[in-house]
Amino acid sequence: MPQHRVAITGMGIISALGADLAANWSSLSQGKAGISTIQLVDVSKFRFHNGAEVREYDPEQHFKANQLDFLDRFAQFALIAARQALADSGLKITPELAGKMAVITGSCVGGQTSQDAGFVNLYQKNSPRVHPLLIPRTMANAGASHISMEFGIYGPVYTISTACSSANHAIGNAFWMVRSGQVEAAITGGSEAPFSMGLLKAWEAMRVVSPETCRPFSKDRKGLVLGEGAGMLVLEPMEKAQARGATIYGEIVGFGMSSDAGHITAPTLRGPASAMQAALLDAGIAPEQVGYINAHGTGTQANDQTETHAIREVFSQHADRLAVSSTKSMHGHTLGAAGALEAVATVMAMREKIIPPTANFTAPDPECNLDVVPNQARPAEIEYALSNSFAFGGLNAVLAFKRV
Amino acid sequence: MPDNITEKVLELIADTKRIPREQVSPTSTFEELGLDSLDAINLVFEVESAFNISVPDSVANSMTSVPQVVEELRKILATQPTSQQTPPE
Repeated sequence: MPQHRVAITGMGIISALGADLAANWSSLSQGKAGISTIQLVDVSKFRFHNGAEVREYDPEQHFKANQLDFLDRFAQFALIAARQALADSGLKITPELAGKMAVITGSCVGGQTSQDAGFVNLYQKNSPRVHPLLIPRTMANAGASHISMEFGIYGPVYTISTACSSANHAIGNAFWMVRSGQVEAAITGGSEAPFSMGLLKAWEAMRVVSPETCRPFSKDRKGLVLGEGAGMLVLEPMEKAQARGATIYGEIVGFGMSSDAGHITAPTLRGPASAMQAALLDAGIAPEQVGYINAHGTGTQANDQTETHAIREVFSQHADRLAVSSTKSMHGHTLGAAGALEAVATVMAMREKIIPPTANFTAPDPECNLDVVPNQARPAEIEYALSNSFAFGGLNAVLAFKRV
Repeated sequence: MPDNITEKVLELIADTKRIPREQVSPTSTFEELGLDSLDAINLVFEVESAFNISVPDSVANSMTSVPQVVEELRKILATQPTSQQTPPE
């Protein structure tokens, strides 16, 4: 089968930074964070209080009441971002295309908000039953399935759940399917809604959530800040996108994966480094051609230090000429949606020639001695960029993008 | 002889790491015991549950030895009401 170049022709996003692409880019390009006190859950007795929540969100503005019965918050976000991306692309899903199109999404915790509420009824309120729609609301593939149903897409549709790498694994798989000609178009990305009492307590127990804000690569970083939302991309073969006169935001040129095969939560140097090397190899580019890395950059002590060393390992002296920023400092860590939000940020950075900063940066850490674009966005011409995702479980996924 | 608090901590470490109690000494470091960062967080969870206390993240994430756990635990217990100072059975 011929190999196609893969164009990004539509992007949709909803996050703490806003409910569409324009609002998100406005915040990202100005270094404005969407982190504040969590309102969805009573966190008054928690050790942390901040999150990156989607605010001023009214589900009924997007969905009919009977549709909402089937939709957990994470699936709502998936559909909203997919609708935006598809409308943005101008792609018409003809009966012929519908069977040759893929939907591949990422989610780490699926509809756990619904599960949490259902189990509160069961265990705490002594209800003898849970809602019959709890299973279809909770399943991690609900977002992909609802996108498939809404648009009548009946080609390959599935969800990848690899914790914080879910969306990058999903986008990477969709990229490969379009590149190889297995499908003629794809909607791909990730969605997440992690704000429930049960899950926040579990994160609190892990002791990796910051008691204040998220300061990736800063000396005084204290951990990650959880976020929610969704990002979706429309991918098409470049020649078809050009032929129909589509707006082309950028190109995906490489995808690399690896497993640490080490520890369930502590990162290794080898895993992230080999995923970056694999992405460069898949893209057929040299490390020196990369100008920007959207880092995994969670703001934990372990990740940021290890990621810095892994970048130095892969890029050696070129690491000092690279711009590296973590947009999680603004949209929070959206777990299974992280790679999707960061893909949007990376593509927009190349297209708009502005590198979004690492916000909330206070002081350099010798262990994170990269140019992390502290606090101020920076004008830059970027030819190639990487976007890193490294998950608990040691699963790493890196995407390579090219400016068009 | 270790006091009650130390004794309980040693017991919790042995249970958490599933190693014989005799292998855990009041002066052991986590490294000597083979406790990694996640084991340490698990241990703090067991200590919190056993003593009905709450350990701040900054303290929990900085613990690297048995004497340090015991010292931090004593500090926290000293701030608790008297009724809670008795170590558990």
